[in-house]
This record gives sequence, C-alpha cells and structure tokens, in this order.
Amino acid sequence: MIKARVTVTLKNGVLDPQGKAIEGALGALGFSGVGAVRQGKVFDLALEGQDRAKAEADLKAMCEKLLANTVIENYTIALD
Amino acid sequence: MKSAVVQLPGLNRDRDMIAALTKISGKAPVTVWQTETDIPDVDLIVIPGGFSYGDYLRCGAIAARMPVMQAIREKAEKGVKVLGVCNGFQILLEAGLLPGALMRNASLKFVCKEIKLQVVNADTDFTRAYAQGQVIRSPVAHHDGNYFADAEALAALQGNGQIVFKYAEGTNPNGSIDDIAGVMNKAGNVLGMMPHPENLIEAAHGGSDGRGIFASALDVIAA
Repeated sequence: MIKARVTVTLKNGVLDPQGKAIEGALGALGFSGVGAVRQGKVFDLALEGQDRAKAEADLKAMCEKLLANTVIENYTIALD
Repeated sequence: MKSAVVQLPGLNRDRDMIAALTKISGKAPVTVWQTETDIPDVDLIVIPGGFSYGDYLRCGAIAARMPVMQAIREKAEKGVKVLGVCNGFQILLEAGLLPGALMRNASLKFVCKEIKLQVVNADTDFTRAYAQGQVIRSPVAHHDGNYFADAEALAALQGNGQIVFKYAEGTNPNGSIDDIAGVMNKAGNVLGMMPHPENLIEAAHGGSDGRGIFASALDVIAA
C-alpha cells in the first residue's frame, strides 16, 4: 500500500475571493500581518501495490483528468 | 428540429428546459440519462442547470466525466448544436468543450436575480433572433459563475468572436472577467452561458426575452 497526498492550489494570477475572505477573518480575530491567504484542497489517497513510479504516474493522470482543473489550478503530489 | 435534454443526478432545471423547448419548437425533446452512450439524432442537445453531483469537487467536474459526455463530445465534433446553461455551462467547461473556468462568485454569495444581458455576437446559430448589441433581460441563479480565462485564452475568445453574451449596464453579478456571461467554441456549435433564458420565455414569466436563443437554435424564428 502506498499512501499519497495531492495538494491542489489556485494558480498565481487567479483571484481567490475565498482566500481574501479568510484573510479578512484572520485579521478580525486579531492576527495582524497576515497577507495573501490562498486556499486550496488536499486529497489523501491509498494506492494498492508497491510500485512507486507507477503510483506517481497514476496520480499525475488523476490530477490531470479529475482532481485539478488545470485551467485555474496547480497540483503537487507527495508519496509517503 | 429535434432536441434532447441531458439528465444527471442533482440537475434541477431539466423540467424548465423541457417545457421551454416544447413550447418554442412545438415538439417535446427526448431526454438522455447520464449513462447513455448513444444519443438519438437531434439538432440540439441541451445540458440544463442545477447542482449535478452536489457540486462535489468542483461544479460540473463529476458530471463532465460521465459516459454521456463522451457521446456529446462526439456529436459536437460532428457539428450538432450543444447548449449548456448554468451548471450545464460549468459541465461543458470541465469537459473541455469550451475554454476557461467558472469560479466562486467574487461576492462569495449565491446570486438569484434578474440581470441585463448584451448580445455581443448576434451572428451565431444561437443568437440570430437578436440584433447585434441588443440588451435583453435574463434571470441568473448561481454560486459559481465567475468566468475566468487567462490572457491568451481571453484574447483568442475576443479575436474569434467567441464571446456571445456579456453582462450589461453594470449588472455583472459574479465578477466574471470582461463581464463574460456566455461563450461558444471556435466552430460556433457549442454555447455555454450562466443566465437562464429558459425562465423568461412567455408572459407568465413576465417576459419572453430568452425565447430568441431557443428560436435561433431550433430554427423557428417567427417571421
């Protein structure tokens, strides 16, 4: 079993109104000096088998085909 | 002309769309379920609005990977007209049949109201019932209608006349780049739009400004 974490974030230059709202809420809680909050998504996956190269290739295909919308999002893949 | 309406779990504007197509063309559309891979011969396929798959992952993302979308892609490549409204627009973008993406409204709020829509390209199969530049009324109802395309894609849309509708007179309800409300593919047979023309087609709706889109696509423009 291979455990993997996929992180999907908005590309630079894509406006993130949710991140802006979170930034404002952090300020309202008294956390000063917090700038440029960008929110994203995390996917934890468990893959059968031990072939790490295959897992990485499969995860890349999953990101391209479904997990990320590459028009607006970037992704990173980390294996345990 | 014959039409079809696609049905997926979570869509909720399909009955409105069926009613609009039936009233305007005089013929009821066939309905196509998400698992179908063989779409009957029709001239227009409509993907209506709603919340397919609960908007999980991203609006339209799961629906765009259903078998019916492969069948729609093949039909579109053969020149069959495809119209996606609201969630249908989101699905067409996620399926890669149209360029760009729709993101959360800039206000972060669901908007449900009437806006003004300018027909910025009246020389299309979907808009020829209107005059170039005509401003029409249309309802909108969405949470993720904030259209985005990068600079290169936007320039291509503008250069090819693929921007069909824009929010007019300061009524942009969602922060869409360049006030874009609807775009088509380069070939001109696939149109996606956030507003709901099917909800403004007769006196009982308080107006019929949306009728021209269906009349154009179904080739039943009144003389």
